[in-house]
Amino acid sequence: MTPRDKTRFCAHGFRTNSHATTGRSDMAACVKGLDKFTFSLRLIRNLQLQNERYLSTSLCRSAPESNADPPRFIPPSKPVIIDKTQPEASKRKFLSPEFIPPRQRTDPVKFSMERKDMIRRRKVLDIPEFYVGSILAVTMADPNASGKVNRFVGICIQRGGKGLGATFVLRNIINNQGVEICYEVYSPRIQKIEVLKLEKRLDDNLMYLRDALPEYSTVDPDMKPVNYSHTGEVPVNKIKVRMRPKPWSKRWERPNFDIQGIRFDLCLTPEQMAHAQKWAKPWEEYDMLKEYDTSQLEKEIFLEVQQEMNK
Amino acid sequence: MALPLLSRSLPGLLMDQASSIIQQRAFSVSTVAAAIQKMTRVRVVDNSTLGNAHHHRAPRVIHVYTKNGVGKVGDKVLLAIKGQKKKALIVGHKMPGERMTPRFDSNNVVLIEENGNPTGTRIKVPLPTQLRKLEGDYSKVLAIASTFV
Repeated sequence: MTPRDKTRFCAHGFRTNSHATTGRSDMAACVKGLDKFTFSLRLIRNLQLQNERYLSTSLCRSAPESNADPPRFIPPSKPVIIDKTQPEASKRKFLSPEFIPPRQRTDPVKFSMERKDMIRRRKVLDIPEFYVGSILAVTMADPNASGKVNRFVGICIQRGGKGLGATFVLRNIINNQGVEICYEVYSPRIQKIEVLKLEKRLDDNLMYLRDALPEYSTVDPDMKPVNYSHTGEVPVNKIKVRMRPKPWSKRWERPNFDIQGIRFDLCLTPEQMAHAQKWAKPWEEYDMLKEYDTSQLEKEIFLEVQQEMNK
Repeated sequence: MALPLLSRSLPGLLMDQASSIIQQRAFSVSTVAAAIQKMTRVRVVDNSTLGNAHHHRAPRVIHVYTKNGVGKVGDKVLLAIKGQKKKALIVGHKMPGERMTPRFDSNNVVLIEENGNPTGTRIKVPLPTQLRKLEGDYSKVLAIASTFV
């Protein structure tokens, strides 16, 4: 609609300008009524067009006055910008395990100072919530790598260390070769930690994946992040892995590992399973000296961390 | 008289079947967490004919060219492979090294000639990037690598 209007305006403008001179010469020249008629018709049309143009100049601003044809200007809807990094992570109440100091005689001041440094690092680098069994991608500065950065994707099989020395181990199988990298969470070489899939497993330590079939630790290095809910419980992957034949790095069937995520029925006889129970220490759960209730400590540290992070 | 004999032999027979299904050895045949030293069995990861030939006896390290006799990534070793002596470069081991460096599930070596050139033409497994520190000596080994981690 509008482009056609524009062309008509152009033609019309030209005609109105030339109208005063050529029109008069026309009138002098014409003898026939038909000519006169056409001229008057043209004049009317010009007038009408002029009118139209006059209207159209104010069309942009006062749209309701004109007829319904020209489209109203509808402002585009304001884009809603969702910052997926910061506020989403904070919905679930989560305190990284390295904040909780181990039970020992070390001066608590040491841990509080380390917490301060950890918070300072967390203000610069976004360290997301993740668990053993989650699939992570870590980008770190590497002076030897091409492009000076190194990105590794893998399944987190272990979290260790307290305070600034906290670590996690990623495992993947590349070209049929099992590779593990132990990352320091607060190392300045780490540039980015992405959670590609947030989930837990049945166990808190997946070191037995070294002795499991390779398909259980294979992760696609070009994996796209899987969307996960930022509220509610973290999903638990209840997969049970099948193991390689027996010379394992550790005797995983022993009760001190207390492993739920292995199909022991496929690799061990019931007699062997019963034999492994010889090393069970069923009295240990009643040992009050080994109790370490961190719930109160956790609450205090969580409040402290949140206050510091919001500063 | 024959019945108890049969019943005695039957559980043994069952046990034999079970063990053949499970296929297990009572002992481990490779060092789990140790860097490379003398008599360590290693895996040759290039495509050289000597390294990939079927062997009755796994290639073993018979000397490590370091001061302390412990080989880490980037160290040179002497292998006994197919009844010959051959030099090799360690490109990954089971023992965890420094933080933020890869740890491999096997003890990997690449066969090299006396002058440091690789015997094979292709390395099948990823190499650790800290090998690039010795770019000058082993640049031809790094050039035939397929991936780095």
